[in-house]
Parts: sequence; structure tokens; C-alpha cells
Amino acid sequence: MAVANEPASSPLATAPAPGRRWGEVIIESIIKIAGVSVIFIVGFIFLFLLWEGLPAILDIPLRQLFGPQWYPIEEHFGLLPLLFGSLLVTVVAVLIALPLGITTAIYLGEIAPPWLRDILKPIIEILAGIPSIVLGFLGWIALAPLIQTMGAPTGLTAFTGALILAYMALPTIISIAEDALYAVPREYRDGALAIGATQWQTIWRVVVPAARSGMLIAVMLGIGRAIGETMAVLMVTGNAANIPAFSENWLFSPVRTMTATIAAEMGEVAQGSTHYHVLYAIGLLLFLITLAINSLAARLIGVSGGRRSRPGGSL
Amino acid sequence: MTRQQTHRIAITVMTIVSAIVVIPIIMVIGYVIWMGISAVNWEFLTQAPRNGMTEGGIMPAIVGTVILTLGTAIVSMPLSIATAIYLAEYAGDNRVTRWVRLAMVNLAGIPSIVYGLFGLGAFVLFAGFGTSIIAGSLTLGIMTMPVVISTSEEAILAVPQQFRTVSLSLGASKWQTIWHQILPQALPGILTGMILGLGRAAGETAPILFTVAAFYLPQLPQSIFDQTMALPYHLYVIATQVPGMPVSIQYGTALVLLGFVLSLTLIASLVRTFMRRQREW
Repeated sequence: MAVANEPASSPLATAPAPGRRWGEVIIESIIKIAGVSVIFIVGFIFLFLLWEGLPAILDIPLRQLFGPQWYPIEEHFGLLPLLFGSLLVTVVAVLIALPLGITTAIYLGEIAPPWLRDILKPIIEILAGIPSIVLGFLGWIALAPLIQTMGAPTGLTAFTGALILAYMALPTIISIAEDALYAVPREYRDGALAIGATQWQTIWRVVVPAARSGMLIAVMLGIGRAIGETMAVLMVTGNAANIPAFSENWLFSPVRTMTATIAAEMGEVAQGSTHYHVLYAIGLLLFLITLAINSLAARLIGVSGGRRSRPGGSL
Repeated sequence: MTRQQTHRIAITVMTIVSAIVVIPIIMVIGYVIWMGISAVNWEFLTQAPRNGMTEGGIMPAIVGTVILTLGTAIVSMPLSIATAIYLAEYAGDNRVTRWVRLAMVNLAGIPSIVYGLFGLGAFVLFAGFGTSIIAGSLTLGIMTMPVVISTSEEAILAVPQQFRTVSLSLGASKWQTIWHQILPQALPGILTGMILGLGRAAGETAPILFTVAAFYLPQLPQSIFDQTMALPYHLYVIATQVPGMPVSIQYGTALVLLGFVLSLTLIASLVRTFMRRQREW
């Protein structure tokens, strides 16, 4: 141990040399300033988006801004199709990812033998590490043609995007759901098994309900992850900025999300134009949505953390 | 149906669902390797693209990604580690600390394209760096901070309390204790977090779209105020923007990017395992 080998030079020497003391005061102040820098960075990002996005909100009549037409070339900046696109892709992605993710978390935490767990967990961690552009590329070049052969007019649809997003959200959902299951006290399981419940009854009636607040957090962060994803949805959702008519098959129509719109159009706009400011306003909207989701989730994590220390709190 | 039958069916269903989650992951990796390995050779890794990018290699994009990864580390490391030290050793249980933690959670949740917008507005235009390596590194560096802070903080907190007690009782000041005792012990954890964060940054496309990435640049950047090509953006370009692109080059680029990012993750876990074995507590 390093401490034991330290030469005991002058353990009883009292006041440190004045130079060293001043040096430490300076270093400690730097650390304290750095510590709160994160707050300023988030504030700074918010102010920047507000500064660049506000002109759009002030210039464009609200009726148009929440209208159904997104034709930037003709100065029509209706955000409804983009909101619709983001919402559709995110909701479908979470609906796919949720049952898969929570079931996998239960399987990993409660059923799988340790050796299998040790194989499966790193594989899921690898999924978290795959860049979104690689998944988008595979969606574009391999998955979309596959979906087209299933009868859709084009393979680049909301569903294709949702499917890829679902897999991208899975590592987040699985790891948080697993933590939630892990936090359920051992005694709950022992108690249920001792009164004759099967393992499945124990999981379904005791463990999962006890972990429900953690499951809720998993859902929320999954949504946050899916709504902000850019490159994969840009490549595979077909980029059509219109709301499909009711008669059409919504899921298998091309859509365009808020994130994809920024990525696709920011490179071509003139700095300071209305279009430029509208794209910042969309960024501001995305920032506020994820801010709300994450702040709420952080609050819930705090609550459930408190509950964990009180045995028998939530059953 | 008896309870035992229900139990067996439930277990079977859950096993199948888990397979539905895991098997596509293996397939994705396997497919990229299968389709891309034939394109990846020495020339592909060391030559610049030729003939409208349909021939030659991807060397400028590889070099660009390596440079950006280093730049991200330089931006992110000092501030993140200082924040982690603050949170682990100085922060009390008060309102400021709660705000810092809330800010971290939110920083981690900001969509990558919004970082791109921020980088464009703040570094490219406002600070006047232009589309450049420094603007891209700053953007990616800020984006990486939450990962590095939280893993570093965990690593610092994991150092046993006795280290602090003994060091302080021998007359060391708080800072001497942190610098000479705590940080060396926490180093493996900090490095792991740093490399994981860099792996994420290296694969990101959206934050570099408007801040640094160049469509096509035959020569390497000369200074930090130059643009550079980068692997993720290059993959996007050759997949969607260049007609008549040979599929093998596309898969080859995807494979090199995947290999780079996943080997960073692998290095991180090797560092952790190796250093843990060295540790004596």
C-alpha cells in the first residue's frame, strides 16, 4: 500500500510553508470553480439556442409556426410535420424497445445463469458503443430494401427508423431496468418463494411491481434517447416533411423528424436568415424537451433512492 | 394450466425475447465485418480517396478522427477531472451540489445535433474559429464531459476512506492527500471513463457536421484552424451523397469506424481489469 511506504519525513511539522499554502488555496479555488462550470455550460447552451432561435419565434406568426406546411424555400415554416415525425418515430421505437428491454433486464437479472449473463451483458454494452451512423448506414443499405420487399412502396419509412431507434434505446432501458430490479430487496423474493409462489409469480407479482419506479425512469430515458437521435433517422426515415394522410399507412410512410431537419438543412442556410433562426428554434425545442424528461427522471431517481433505504417502503 | 406450466412458458418466452435482443447485435457486427473485410487493406488505410472518392483509401478520414479524438481528450479531461474531484471531495450536501448534478444529467441528455448547433453558434461563428478542428474538439469535448465526470467521481469515491484518514493524520493537507494518494489510486477508473467517453465522441456525426467535418479534403489539416475529414461523416457522405459509390468501400469505411470505436471500448475494459489486478485494496 502506497501510504505505508511513504517516508515519514516530518509528520509533526506544523504549519506548511506559506508558498505551498497559497498554491493550495489557488488550486482549490480552481477546482471549486470548475466544479460549478457544468451549470454554466448548460446555461450557456440554453442562452445560445434562445438567442439564435428567438428571432424565428418572434418573426413568424404563431399560426404559421404551428401550421402543417414545412416548405422553407417558400418561407413556410410550419413545425407540425416535424413534431409529428419525431413523435411517431419515438413512440413506435419505445413501444418496440420497452417489452424487449424490460424482458431482457428481467431475464438477465433473475433467470439467466451467471455464465450466460457474463456473455450477454458485454454484447449489450457493445450495442451501446456502435456509432449511430453505422446503424443508420446498415438501415439504409440493408434493412430498408428488406422492408420494401415486405410490400411498402419505399423502405425508408417511419417504421424503419423506429426499429433502429428501438435497438439504440435498448442498452439504456436494459441497464436502468436492471438497476431497478437489483435494488429490490432479497427478502421480497425469499418471502414470495417461501410461501409457495413459483419463480415466475415472484417476478411478476412481487419483483416487477417493487421496481416500477425504476422501470418508469427507464421508459423516460429511453424516450429522451430516441427523440434526440439524429443520423440514423436522417438516413432511414425518408425525409418527407409532410403528415401522411389518414388513409395511408402511417407507419410505412416516409416522415422527417426535428433532428433530421436540422442536420439536413443547416449546412445550406445563410447565417442570419429566417430559416437559420427556425432551425435554432427547433434545437431549442429539442433542448427543452430533453431537459424536462431528464430533470423529471433525475427527480424520480432521487425519490426511489430514498425509498430503497427504507425496507418495505413501496410494496 | 398449472402454475408450473405458466412458469415454464414464461421462462421460455423471456429466453426467446432476450435472444431477439442479442442476436441482431451479433448479426450487425458480423455483417459489417463480412461485407467490409475485403475492402480493408494497407492501401485502403494509407491512401487518400481518388477519382471522386470511388477509388483509393480513407486515410485523411482516419487521421481526422484520431486528431479529433485527441482534441476532445485535451478539452474534456482537465475540466471533467476537476469537476469530479470537486464532487467527490469538496462538495457538501447542499443546493449548489444538487444543481451541479442536475446540470450533469441534463448535459448528458442533450441531443447530439443540439451540440452541433451550439458548436456552430458558439465556436464557429461567435468565437470566430470557423469550421475547424478546434471548434469540433470543443463541441465534442463538452459533449463528453458527463461520462468522464461520473466515471471519474465513482473512481475517486471508490478509494477507501483509510487512505484519506492516514494521509491527513500524517500531516498532509487536503490537497496533498488528493494529489499524492487519492488520484493515483483512482487513475485506472478515471482513464477508463476517459477512453469510454472518447469512444463515444469518435463515432459521433451530428456534432461535427457543421463544426469541423469536410466533405472531401485530399491533404491533411495543417493547423487546428483547418477543417478535416472524419470517419463518421465520411461514411454518411459516401453512403448518401455520392452516386455510384462501390459498396465495398462503404462497408470498409463502416468496418474501420466500428473497429476504431469498439477497440477504444475494449482498451477501456482492459485498463480497468489490468489495473484492478495491480491494486492492493
